[in-house]
Amino acid sequence: MKANDMTARDHYHTHVYPSPFHAGQEKANKLKVWSRWADYLSVPAYYDASLEYFAARNSCAVFDLTPMIKHRVSGPDALAYLNRLVTRDVARIKPGRVGYAVWCTDEGQVIDDGTIFHLTEGVYRVCSQEHQIDWFLTSALGFDVEVVEETHEVAALALQGPTSCAVLKNLGLRGIENLTPFGSQAFAFAGTELMVSRTGYTGDLGYELWISPSHAEVLWSSLFEAGKHHGIRALGSQALDMLRIEAGFLLAGVDFMPAQHAVRPTHTRSPFELGLAWLVDFKKPVFNGRRALLAEKARGSRFTLVKLDIDGNKMARDSYVYSKERKYAGTVTSAMWSPSAKASIALATLEAPHGRPGEELLVEIYYKRDLKWSRVMAPCRVVENVFWEPARKRQTPPADY
Amino acid sequence: MIERRNVVIIGGGHNGLVCAAYLAKAGRKVTVVEAANRVGGAAITREFAPDFRVSACAHLLNLLDQGICKELALEKHGLAMAKTGLKTIALSPDGQHLALSGEQVDGKVPDQDRVALKEFRRFMDKFAGVIARLHNRVPPRLASGQTRDLVGLGKLALDIRMLGREDMREFLRIAGINIYDILQENFTSDLLKGALGLDAVLGTFSGPRSNNSVFTALHRLSGNTGQSPGTLSLPRGGMGSVSQALAAAARQHGAEIRTSSPVARILMENDKVAGVQLASGEQLMAATVVSNADPRTTFLGLLGARNLEAGFAQKVHHFRVHGNAAKLHLALSGLPEFPGLQNDLLGERLVIAPSLDYVERAFNHAKYSEFSQQPVMEIIIPSVFDQTLAPEGQHVLSAIVQYAPRELKGGWAAGKAAFTDSVLTVLEQYSPDIRSKAVMAELLTPEDLEKEFRMSGGHWHHGELSMDQFLMVRPVPGAAQYATPVDGLYLCGAGSHPGGGVMGSAGRNAARVILAS
Amino acid sequence: MKKYAAIVIGAGHNGITNAAYLAKAGLNVLMVEKSPWIGGASVSQELYKGWMYSNCSYVCSLLRPEIYRSLNLAKYGLQVVPYGGSVTLAQNGDILGSYVDDDVARREIARHSQRDADATVRFHRDIMRQCRFIRQYLLRTAPDPTSFRLRDLKELLHLGKAASRLGENGLYDLMRFYTMSIKDYLDEYFEHPLIKAARAGSGIIGSAMGVMSPGTAYVLLHHAMGEVDGNMGAWGFARGGMGAVAKAMNDCFTDHGGETLCGSGVERIMVKNGRVTGVALENGNEYLANVVVSNMTFPRTFLECMDEKDLSPAFLKKVRNFKIRGSSGKLNFALDGLPDFPALRGNHELIKGDMHLIDSIERLERAYDDWKSGIWSQDPYVDMLIPSLTDPTMTPPGKHFMSVFVQYVPPKVHGKDWTDAQRDQFGQTVINQIENYAPGFKKLILHAEVRTPRELENEVGLTEGNIFQGELTMDQLLFNRPIPGYAQYRGPARGLYMCGSSTHPGGGVMAAPGANAAREILLDLGKPNTVPEGWLDD
Repeated sequence: MKANDMTARDHYHTHVYPSPFHAGQEKANKLKVWSRWADYLSVPAYYDASLEYFAARNSCAVFDLTPMIKHRVSGPDALAYLNRLVTRDVARIKPGRVGYAVWCTDEGQVIDDGTIFHLTEGVYRVCSQEHQIDWFLTSALGFDVEVVEETHEVAALALQGPTSCAVLKNLGLRGIENLTPFGSQAFAFAGTELMVSRTGYTGDLGYELWISPSHAEVLWSSLFEAGKHHGIRALGSQALDMLRIEAGFLLAGVDFMPAQHAVRPTHTRSPFELGLAWLVDFKKPVFNGRRALLAEKARGSRFTLVKLDIDGNKMARDSYVYSKERKYAGTVTSAMWSPSAKASIALATLEAPHGRPGEELLVEIYYKRDLKWSRVMAPCRVVENVFWEPARKRQTPPADY
Repeated sequence: MIERRNVVIIGGGHNGLVCAAYLAKAGRKVTVVEAANRVGGAAITREFAPDFRVSACAHLLNLLDQGICKELALEKHGLAMAKTGLKTIALSPDGQHLALSGEQVDGKVPDQDRVALKEFRRFMDKFAGVIARLHNRVPPRLASGQTRDLVGLGKLALDIRMLGREDMREFLRIAGINIYDILQENFTSDLLKGALGLDAVLGTFSGPRSNNSVFTALHRLSGNTGQSPGTLSLPRGGMGSVSQALAAAARQHGAEIRTSSPVARILMENDKVAGVQLASGEQLMAATVVSNADPRTTFLGLLGARNLEAGFAQKVHHFRVHGNAAKLHLALSGLPEFPGLQNDLLGERLVIAPSLDYVERAFNHAKYSEFSQQPVMEIIIPSVFDQTLAPEGQHVLSAIVQYAPRELKGGWAAGKAAFTDSVLTVLEQYSPDIRSKAVMAELLTPEDLEKEFRMSGGHWHHGELSMDQFLMVRPVPGAAQYATPVDGLYLCGAGSHPGGGVMGSAGRNAARVILAS
Repeated sequence: MKKYAAIVIGAGHNGITNAAYLAKAGLNVLMVEKSPWIGGASVSQELYKGWMYSNCSYVCSLLRPEIYRSLNLAKYGLQVVPYGGSVTLAQNGDILGSYVDDDVARREIARHSQRDADATVRFHRDIMRQCRFIRQYLLRTAPDPTSFRLRDLKELLHLGKAASRLGENGLYDLMRFYTMSIKDYLDEYFEHPLIKAARAGSGIIGSAMGVMSPGTAYVLLHHAMGEVDGNMGAWGFARGGMGAVAKAMNDCFTDHGGETLCGSGVERIMVKNGRVTGVALENGNEYLANVVVSNMTFPRTFLECMDEKDLSPAFLKKVRNFKIRGSSGKLNFALDGLPDFPALRGNHELIKGDMHLIDSIERLERAYDDWKSGIWSQDPYVDMLIPSLTDPTMTPPGKHFMSVFVQYVPPKVHGKDWTDAQRDQFGQTVINQIENYAPGFKKLILHAEVRTPRELENEVGLTEGNIFQGELTMDQLLFNRPIPGYAQYRGPARGLYMCGSSTHPGGGVMAAPGANAAREILLDLGKPNTVPEGWLDD
């Protein structure tokens, strides 16, 4: 079943579509459990989420990114358009570079986050977590720019982990070791163009590979062939979620409520409230949310999103966070036991004035042992650094392992 | 370096001139730049046939604010009325016309309608007073948490409370609904209802059965004119003389007015307004720019959506500006005859709206981008009272004709001739000799009005006047208090509160906001 | 003459709800109903042997869950079963399906417009915001804004607080939402004509306004604020037809000692010295009570069942000016088999939901133009359902019952009463319209019931056949419903109450007016309140 069947009149017979990598995924999916991500079948775990997690931290692992929403932005005003759209200065993303960005409503509330790829001079790819074409076209009023969604036209894989560079070298991508973090480069592969960016959602050395869906299968099999002596493994979404929490990455709809979806207008968050002040560049004269964010900066934010290092070994999923005085301070949005840090860690949204680095708080954790529920008030502290940040993440050229 | 006190006003329409006069009076250094070769915007008098002059867009005064007249001494600057207190003649195809004057009606109507008219005018005038009191206030914001907004809302609530319990209930009941129902509740005469209903829909994209039309009827009665609500006047020399007097007042206070100076764009420096650039390339630098142009032109044209945040630009984009009224001008070799109408009433306001259903049917076409086959009209022959407009013994006729939607299926280039013919055919039913007396006819479609008067959609209110585009949501939230999201840029035209009609309140309110900032 | 604590006139769903809450409070309640059956417009009837018809109201989602629960309707046998989806059929053979699966639903919209698929997220969000606001007021009595009584001031304050919780932009949205036409409102979200038309239909159902009439955006809410099991906007069938709702309610009423008299039309509500004393029936019987509650429409209550001299001329004028216009018709069919819609072949889920025949705003508006000129729409907007695909109790297996709601149908034809011949012509207009989309439909018809506003008025007592017991326009909402000064369920005579859809919050099988009126009556009588508060949702 191809993506263009999605626009066929009888599409409703198919509730969910196989990804272009389906053949490879199906073979690797020993558990035969599938989940859904946007229009596509996705794999929660192929064999064992923990082993997949360790593959990404120890050797390398492959995750199917195809369902991620992708847009192409081009035209004379592409840069001006993007600069009005997002809060950071896009002019600083040169051709062949990639940048993380958020975009806001006029009220300065985050609609979504994503990555902007400056493909060639004046041509950009914007990846997002949610569908954005309505907002992107709304924002295009007054600009000479073309914005199209190309989700189904681009198949994508993430290859993440310490041996990922070695695997790509094996694949024949000459010079891949010279690609710096947040760089992207096109390679010839199997008679087509393979774009590789040194990006990822794991906080480790890793790459993302972008190719036409027609060449997806050959990419998948070639990659696994090239990586067979480098511990390559398919990565499911459960393991990916662990990796991204350790790396401190946000997930829309989990760590923040996208503004276009929030029925309760006060439940949205500004970039400041998500700890993304570094993405807001007030030197730009006009961008969406600027006035509101300036006002917020002057007035102070309502919330802050922090990383928590929690004492003990219990997972703080869906927990309330309290001050030392046991007053409500906020809630955990994502939590896990970090196998690498050997710590219970979490992302939490705290009400002002809580959240300063080093602040000592309590997390109320409910946990079950042999079907019996217990509760613990675990001490925790706000930490500044992400829980996993190996030097190899930035190293260029990276080592082979 | 931009001089802080410099103000550039884009557009020398009546609101721009009022704003200029008040700012200049307060000591600001004001330059008005007007695209046309004369000031006035939609309040002008111009020659449309050799020696025949007419108020080319707005043609009657009914809302001009008395406070402005006094404070700017417009009489001293030459404003005089050729006639005030025009009656409305409801023309009937059978010659049994009605003459309306305030709460009085002459002609064949049942007695119960005469009684009902008194009561109708009583409550309508009273309710219009609530709206009139809003005209000289800056619309309050909702839930802003600011005291002045709470005071503004409190005043409005108090004005409504002060109506008294029964009238307050009636106000809350009818304010949001349609004039058709209210007239049906009160009257029996089709002709009377038609004429009263017409007032509610003139200049709007609505028919008598459209909700909000009670509100537009009230708006029309709501001027702070110092005369009884709805009083209609003809300025001597046409509407242009209002503008000339305003311009004279502004100049006297030191404002500079430059005509034939169209603005190409509004200049920004960082995130603030820096001035304007004229089509000639000349730049006028100013820390304050006030736009008398309509909101769409101001934001999406002169400033550009890219200089605004996207949500706001989208709201402006959705601001409804579907002009729906055309203007007919006839140069007449002599006074036309309207059978059934005495000659001494020919100078009054004549309306063709023989029944509510007639008006509603005329509106039906506009919904589908067609012009009315049987249009409604508001007709005046101002030369009856004002000899300056036409050669002696000859006359000009000026009529507002509805419905003529801005977006016509097939376009106006193709449709104009047919529409002109429909209009004259309807006119002939009431005045059989009109064609033979017409030596020259000019019809301005909304497209023509848009071009000549630079009004988006050819809409004389600069944007539909309805409850979802009124007060704190006019033109759009974020720009409803004359200030805009762009520092230093203000609105002062009919697209702002309290809307169109030659009133001047928007200009004065804007000046007050600017002076207070 | 027997004396009761309260007499409820009319056993519509609101009347029964009201009676049930009064009986629950220990009152001795009599309910009188003109028809031989209970339920009013919430009724199931076997009009053709073996076929059960929901021949008036036909879907159930607005019924407040608080009432469902507190009257124990499940115990009395009520089952509301959701149905999955709806579809709009276009003249060119294309469709716009609405599917329960989010991704399928989005792809279906994206098939027509990718942008509109995405805009739907924003649209649902904004409609949900409006629903959440109004929902707080469904089980509350509207305050009188002219009153200085403590309770009214408190309620006004509640309203003010709820409004300010919407925030500045939310308030502007609210203000615009209540005053815009559904067409203008949709234009701010969508670009595709079929998508707009499909949504616009909800703005005019049961209303004598067109999609371009300001005020119709709000009507949309009356079709979006229902819920089935917490799924806002979901619709469902009452198993056994809409009569099952009335039956369950009436069983609850009876269980609490209530008496129901069918076939007992009211001749007159008796008033003495400004207070009610009871009712006189058409059959000559009189029953006494200090409380009389009318489930009838507002005009019917005062113009037909009361003595003019018991009412002030000013009040009577307001009653006469109450806007209650028939605008809809209803056809019910017993079918020999399932109609074949070529556009829906193989799409078995959509045919189980409501099917709309419309594809443009202009067609909808022109349908309204016909109504304005005094004739039924020649190209009518049709909303069809085949409940027998979901509810196995309605027809023999393989046979079907189809309910067809039609907009617009005038209460009179060119100002004159309907004739039977005109009714049949109207029926033909609708049947032909369906035949256009389902060739062979005519041949399946075993029995057809055609109801114009005349039949709706004569058989169910809905004045002019208005299904909401009064237009849902600004002049008749909240503290203006039915008229200003009488919006708190109390009539002009002491002891006289109103509990029909003519009162706040209006029509649809919601039962909120009946419950709210009961609360006011119990308050006046100093009895403990048996009416539940609305469930909060923050």
